[in-house]
Amino acid sequence: MLWGCSLRADRRLKDANREKQIYAFRNILAVLFVLALTTALIIRLYHLQLVNHEHFQTLSDKNRMQLQPIAPNRGLIYDRNGALLADNKPIFSVAIIPEYSKSIDESIASIQNVIEITPEHIKRFKKRMLRSRRPYQPVILKSKLNEQEIARIEVRRHELKGIDIQAELARYYPIGGATAHSVGYVGRINAKELEKVDAQNYSATNYIGKLGVERFYEDELHGQVGYQQIETNASNRVLRVLDRIAPIPGRDLTLYLDAQLQNKAVALLGDRRGAVVAIEPSSGGILALVSTPSFDPNLFVTGIDYKSYSALRDSLDLPLFNRALKGQYPPGSTLKPIIGLGGLDSGVTNRTFSIWDEGKYQLKNDERIYRDWKRQGHGRMNLFSSITQSCDIYFYDLAFKMGVDQMAKYLGDFGFGKNTAFDISEARDGLLPTRAWKRALKGRAWYPGDSLNMGIGQGFMLSTPLQLATATAVMANRGRWVQPALLKSITGNNDSVRQRKVSMADVQIKNPDDWDFIIDAMAEVMHGKRGTARGSGRSASYRMAGKTGTAQVVGIKQGEKYDAEALSERNRDHALFIGFAPINDPQIAVAVIVENGGGGSTSAAPLARAMFDEWILKLNVENEAVVEK
Amino acid sequence: MSQDFLRQMPGAESQLKKSKGVAFRLHLDPVLLSLLLVLCVIGLAILYSASGQSLVHVEKQLVRLALAFFVMFVFAQLDPIVYKRWSPWLFGLGVLALVAVLLFGTGAKGAQRWLQFPWGLPRVQPSEFMKLVVPMMVAWFLSSRYLPPSLKAIFGALCLIFIPVLLIVKQPDLGTSILIAASGVFVLMFAGISWRLVAGFGVLVASFAPVMWMFVMRDYQKQRVLTFLDPESDPLGTGWNIIQSKTAIGSGGLWGKGWLEGTQSQLDFLPESHTDFIIAVFAEEFGFVGVLGLLFLYLLIVLRGLFIAVKAQDSYGRILAGSLTLTFFVYVFVNIGMVSGILPVVGVPLPLVSYGGTSVVTLMAAFGVLMSIHTHRKMLI
Repeated sequence: MLWGCSLRADRRLKDANREKQIYAFRNILAVLFVLALTTALIIRLYHLQLVNHEHFQTLSDKNRMQLQPIAPNRGLIYDRNGALLADNKPIFSVAIIPEYSKSIDESIASIQNVIEITPEHIKRFKKRMLRSRRPYQPVILKSKLNEQEIARIEVRRHELKGIDIQAELARYYPIGGATAHSVGYVGRINAKELEKVDAQNYSATNYIGKLGVERFYEDELHGQVGYQQIETNASNRVLRVLDRIAPIPGRDLTLYLDAQLQNKAVALLGDRRGAVVAIEPSSGGILALVSTPSFDPNLFVTGIDYKSYSALRDSLDLPLFNRALKGQYPPGSTLKPIIGLGGLDSGVTNRTFSIWDEGKYQLKNDERIYRDWKRQGHGRMNLFSSITQSCDIYFYDLAFKMGVDQMAKYLGDFGFGKNTAFDISEARDGLLPTRAWKRALKGRAWYPGDSLNMGIGQGFMLSTPLQLATATAVMANRGRWVQPALLKSITGNNDSVRQRKVSMADVQIKNPDDWDFIIDAMAEVMHGKRGTARGSGRSASYRMAGKTGTAQVVGIKQGEKYDAEALSERNRDHALFIGFAPINDPQIAVAVIVENGGGGSTSAAPLARAMFDEWILKLNVENEAVVEK
Repeated sequence: MSQDFLRQMPGAESQLKKSKGVAFRLHLDPVLLSLLLVLCVIGLAILYSASGQSLVHVEKQLVRLALAFFVMFVFAQLDPIVYKRWSPWLFGLGVLALVAVLLFGTGAKGAQRWLQFPWGLPRVQPSEFMKLVVPMMVAWFLSSRYLPPSLKAIFGALCLIFIPVLLIVKQPDLGTSILIAASGVFVLMFAGISWRLVAGFGVLVASFAPVMWMFVMRDYQKQRVLTFLDPESDPLGTGWNIIQSKTAIGSGGLWGKGWLEGTQSQLDFLPESHTDFIIAVFAEEFGFVGVLGLLFLYLLIVLRGLFIAVKAQDSYGRILAGSLTLTFFVYVFVNIGMVSGILPVVGVPLPLVSYGGTSVVTLMAAFGVLMSIHTHRKMLI
């Protein structure tokens, strides 16, 4: 009672019983207070745990469970003999998880201490960082690590905070350069491509076919996305897989291509610029499709660096340019067998009609002189000898008589002027000139002189090596049309290989003997005494048919003389050759172009002969029995 | 007074002890003790789950609990008269310590809560000490006067409450200051303060709230209140805790997901799961039924405390016991209320269950005081 005594108000006498009563009453109030608040808590918990249980259960499941798409394995691509042309190989990338990294720059520096990271890597990493991503999703710093780099990172894993090594399957092309222009390649899928495909099916896919077979058969190769339901913790680390729907892998493709023949063609072209297309006449299957120089498609899979890309893009040799499909060249004299056939069939000429060739040809009322490639002329020439010796004057005359309409009809029947390929969408149409085309495009009438140029495959006429090879296969088939195709079969889907629609009608000739006549002339090109490609047909164990051609790169002015020596290498003529073999049972039809190769007989024909030998005598041995002795 | 009376009756005390058995002789209340032990065992089981099945945490907590029970035992041995006599001195010491904290205190996360002594002595948190001392002081102050208290006495008591509370708010530690203010106010209530005054005071506090908001509360405290009002406004920032704890509680349903099976806590979605938010783990794993059981256990402890209070022999013991018990309940209510989203998040642990040492010791000391009040009887009533 130290202080109490000093306070006047408290002088009243303390009443223990009254205090006790007050307390007892207050204590009851306290119990009520406690019960009321406890009831409030219970109501709250009842509300959370029973009334809204499902809502919170969903939230809780959403927290921990994620539906993760799994990319299907891309279908493999084989050649006709089962050799792999496109494989899937695991690649390893080092990635940074920004959420786990205190400082991105520090993390990069710490990796830099372990493996080589170039400024280019960092630049591209920063670019990727800017893209939208899920929390805790790793961002790739460097891909395609080699084993040594992986080992180095793994050893120091404990000091590298927020750094992850990621494995994924990526495309690998074992004979890359040789198939870049036929099989094509895949690359990282971009936003534009994502818009075109089924986004759900591609939700886990990183790659998409960009070119060639990879692009055309994207749907078959890709497969069906799978899903797994995973449980993650708050740091997004996957703890376990709750449920899984396996992805359906893409279908494997078998192509008509023969890897060895393909390699052979690449080797034959060497460092020359050119293209080779080889077709199996019976099926239309493309045995080889080569354009040189080529490039390594493996560079494009995970993303080519800028330096390598600009080197490819800026090269004068245009390695990215697919000459076999997109190169549009004047077909030159390789067109003569078809024009000749048309001349016979239309009755404009016959087998015996002949002209006197003294090296020039002139139209009435036209001062222009049309020259033969042989300055002094061939002398007396009929259709047969004009094909074997590639007489231009005879074909000037024939072309003049046939006119553009007839020529265009027969050339069109053989597939010129359009892309007839079954599964090559990027092939160009070439150019089959007609009166209407010239009027529409040039605004001028068709002149007889235009027909003359067309008759020897010059002038406006343009064709791709694929078109030449196709026309040659049709010739070998004596008019039966086969559509050029890369795909032979799809694994696990034998009957539903896309029904091959032959969009072209067979070439109908009134007198089927004319086929043999023209083919005999083509055989004479290879085997005859005066055949332009007799050097290439020499000492063969089978008979072959062919036709050389030369396409002008620069126009030769009136009165000027073509001088290969004087012209710079890139202005020299393109060398062309078409041919097939063996004649009685055609197994291979070939079109060859060697850019700036000069004459067809010297640079293109030997190459075709080597292709024939390789295919008929070495690779296609099961058909040896029918090889002519 | 009563002690004088006892001196004249030697032997009465020992007779009383003999009749109540060993527990009474040790100044323990068997009912309260067994309730507390059950609560602690449950607490350790939840802690094991909430800490990601960490035996280290459980062991550490076990050591703290052992220490806390020892402290309780010691406090139970002291006669309530000792507390009464020492109240003003302890209070003075506590206020000095709080001032010292503001001047030289150490702490973490922008709060200054501890006094660090040199010479390797353990650091102390004076605000915890005040949880016991403030009700003691107010009880001493009021019980020495005529009850129900006069206006002057109420004003004096309010000053006694306000000084330490203000010093603790300054640290800042809103949770502790609320609990201390509550304990002081409870003393006033039990002392029989008139309801008209209570209502008037309520109006006063309500009108002061804007002033508090403008001048007293720190930014992080305001943020907590804002987050409480609308947790979805910042779901990944400050609202995260409350969204995740509500999700944990709600997903527990009627029966819960089972011990160690709560995905919210086991997979780290629930922050602070083994400290302030541990009730969410319990609710997730044991469901509505489990929480009802736990609340019932707390209710029994509170009712036992209030029973002890009503049985106390003098006003000091009564209002102190009542206040300590109600403060204990406020702990429970504020903690569960904030975790379940009906109160803003203030740092109040779930008594005897949340991981952490200081509050456990203070709480058990308070129960020691309760037992002391209950077992040091001066005469048979």
